[in-house]
Amino acid sequence: MLSHLVALIPMAEVTEITGKLVPQNQDQAVAARQLQALSLMFHIPLVCFGISWPAIVLFTEGLYLRTKNPIYKRIAMRWSKVMLILFAIGVVTGTILSFEFGILWPNFMATFGDVFGLAFGLEGFAFFVEAIFIAIYVYGWDRLPPKTHFLAGIPIAVAGVVGSLTVLAVNGWMNNPVGFDIVNGEVTNINPWRALFNDFFWHELVHMYLAGYMVAGFLVASVYAVAWLKGDRSDYVRKAMIIPLTVAALVAPVQVMVGDWAARDVAKNQPVKLAAMEGLGTTQKGAPFTVGGYYDKDTNQVENGIAIPKMLSLLAFHDPNSTVEGLDSVPVEDRPGPINTVRYSFHAMVGIGSLLMLLGAYFIFFWARKRSLPTSDWFYRAVAVSGIGALIALQAGWIVTEVGRQPWIVYEYMRVADSVTDAPGIFWMLMGGIVVYLGLLVVAFWLLRRLAADPEHFKAKTTEVNS
Amino acid sequence: MIEVICLFLALLGLTAYAVLGGADFGAGFWDLTAGTAHGGARMRGVIERSMTVVWEANHVWLIFVLVVLWTCFPPFFGSVMSSLYIPMGIAMAGIIMRGTAFALRGQAATINEARGLGAAFALSSVILPFAFGTVIGAIASGRVPYGNAQTADVWTVWLNPFSIYVGILAVATSAYLAAVFLIGDSDRMGAEDMVQAFRKRALISGSVAGLLAIGGLPMANADAPALYEGLTSGMGLVCVIASALFGLATIVLVAQAKHTQLPRVTAAGAVGAITAGWAFAQSPYLLPGVLKYQDAAGASATLVWLVICVALGLLILVPSLYWLFKLTLQGDLQPTYRDADEGLK
Repeated sequence: MLSHLVALIPMAEVTEITGKLVPQNQDQAVAARQLQALSLMFHIPLVCFGISWPAIVLFTEGLYLRTKNPIYKRIAMRWSKVMLILFAIGVVTGTILSFEFGILWPNFMATFGDVFGLAFGLEGFAFFVEAIFIAIYVYGWDRLPPKTHFLAGIPIAVAGVVGSLTVLAVNGWMNNPVGFDIVNGEVTNINPWRALFNDFFWHELVHMYLAGYMVAGFLVASVYAVAWLKGDRSDYVRKAMIIPLTVAALVAPVQVMVGDWAARDVAKNQPVKLAAMEGLGTTQKGAPFTVGGYYDKDTNQVENGIAIPKMLSLLAFHDPNSTVEGLDSVPVEDRPGPINTVRYSFHAMVGIGSLLMLLGAYFIFFWARKRSLPTSDWFYRAVAVSGIGALIALQAGWIVTEVGRQPWIVYEYMRVADSVTDAPGIFWMLMGGIVVYLGLLVVAFWLLRRLAADPEHFKAKTTEVNS
Repeated sequence: MIEVICLFLALLGLTAYAVLGGADFGAGFWDLTAGTAHGGARMRGVIERSMTVVWEANHVWLIFVLVVLWTCFPPFFGSVMSSLYIPMGIAMAGIIMRGTAFALRGQAATINEARGLGAAFALSSVILPFAFGTVIGAIASGRVPYGNAQTADVWTVWLNPFSIYVGILAVATSAYLAAVFLIGDSDRMGAEDMVQAFRKRALISGSVAGLLAIGGLPMANADAPALYEGLTSGMGLVCVIASALFGLATIVLVAQAKHTQLPRVTAAGAVGAITAGWAFAQSPYLLPGVLKYQDAAGASATLVWLVICVALGLLILVPSLYWLFKLTLQGDLQPTYRDADEGLK
């Protein structure tokens, strides 16, 4: 119904559309993107806990049921309270995202809502199940029979996985939009299931799940590593550190392999994103991998970096002489703007991920040989910072995915600038958002300090509630 | 046909949210007006105990409504969210403030911390239903145009007599629902003084909400004539009468003081009936005079699958909710009652 333009892009003919609700100006795009990014950055760590944390808590409760060691129960109870608070904040920050989809990107929602919406419908139910069973589980300690209580926790773990699965499917679809046709500028022949199970779905899913275990595992382990360094060598701290650390350590090496798989999918389907990740200006055979330096827009290449010959071709296609597409394969207006942001984020993610893998491998190796924890303080210092490291790697990874997809909201079909709201004053909404999220950060910090300053506080509350 | 089912699902979700979420908002209203930190501590304790277990599940209905709307009626969702971004933005801030404050309230160690978190929770509980009420008022009075924020004035689209009226009505109705729900909860805890306190509040807020509803008719006639026309004829009128009867029955049941649980059902009936009445009044339009539901509907393949998924989802959800409410009603999950200032410095 609306005007549309057909752009010919190498490889495939792609139809770009402007959508159902005509945008008039695109002044709000920058503020809208910042606000969306801010909201996502707050929500994503909570998603990690949603994915992995219930399983880790249940594992600990399972240890208690098998060994009858009350320390495991204390740990699981305390962690379940953490799970509840994180879930509650995840619910509200997730609701904000639903609002923002409509407030900031009305044209995107109006045009494609029925292509990917089904996924969110499934997510809604998963969310519901999670909310119900988390209440039963957390408030049911010592009130339900032990086995029933354990079983009541399983739906939380399943729902956490299903819920995030569907959202990842939508993100995969934005990068690899399938399940519809464009006829005369309108979206038709919609197949919601094909849209859901797009070609990016699987690697995004596995990559994010493992990230979930790494973030929660390293982050929680780091809390107890700090306690350990401060001299608390109690059995409680020891067990509460070993459980999440073991999980994260086992996952980290697998994540490196999955990362390789993800990068190859990107190389195949989103060559421009891969070029941005590496700052590869021109299409070339046997492309090098450049370490360090910075991408210069004027010369369209990375300056002052150290190039490893043929490495990028090898990584991207497992063939040192393969051809890798550069940024010049598309016009400037179809490339991500901040190439350096994408590139540095990618390098940060890979670098930190590798360090975490080494830390995990050291721990597993040491444990397998000596059946005990390393004694060096440096090990605990490394664990203490691993949580922050995992968080940074997580955020960096999402920056690669999201900024690397620019300028598209639906890759090669709709531009971010065409989907943005026409309403004035989004800048002020961004300012409001910054204030609110800073407030949230202060409150979270206050809570962490409270829990750290008075570790018995939580326990006292728990026993009181359950007595 | 499939569009109608989807519309019905959205309205069902909206009713569930208005009743269950509304009761949670209203609980915040009573928390706000409970009095001083120590004087109101008993009432705040009852409110906290009653809400703790169920508020997250109640909140999910909102997400359900948003998702059904953007999946089944995408241009409607885009038009509403972009034109009404200010009240929606206020609601966003309110949701963050409210959820966070409530979740962390239990961690407060001093009376000042509890007061700060409590105030954030209670204030946002009043702001939220007001903001959502203005949104409904704006849609129902035909002020939201089709398109990407095509409204002439981003302020008067939701700050106009009718929208403000619906906002206030939403706050009053929430307070009323909460008082009715809290009678039952106090009764199950055996707190007879709180049963009395909430009965008094239910009668007052119920009368206020009822008077507001009747008093608003002339204004609806003047400011939203098409809606008024729809609500005073045909199925719209039937629903309005049903809602009034349910409301009246609730007040009578509360005043009789024989039943403590039955009024919940009739109160929910009153809200459901008026939601249905609104739908009938502006049928077949989603945006009155501008966008019919048939024209806003997305691809039928998606709509069919959404309905199938909701049906399958309900198979899991209904028994789960049943178990949660059963455990809650048996008092198996609620924390032991504490005054809200107990143990605080």
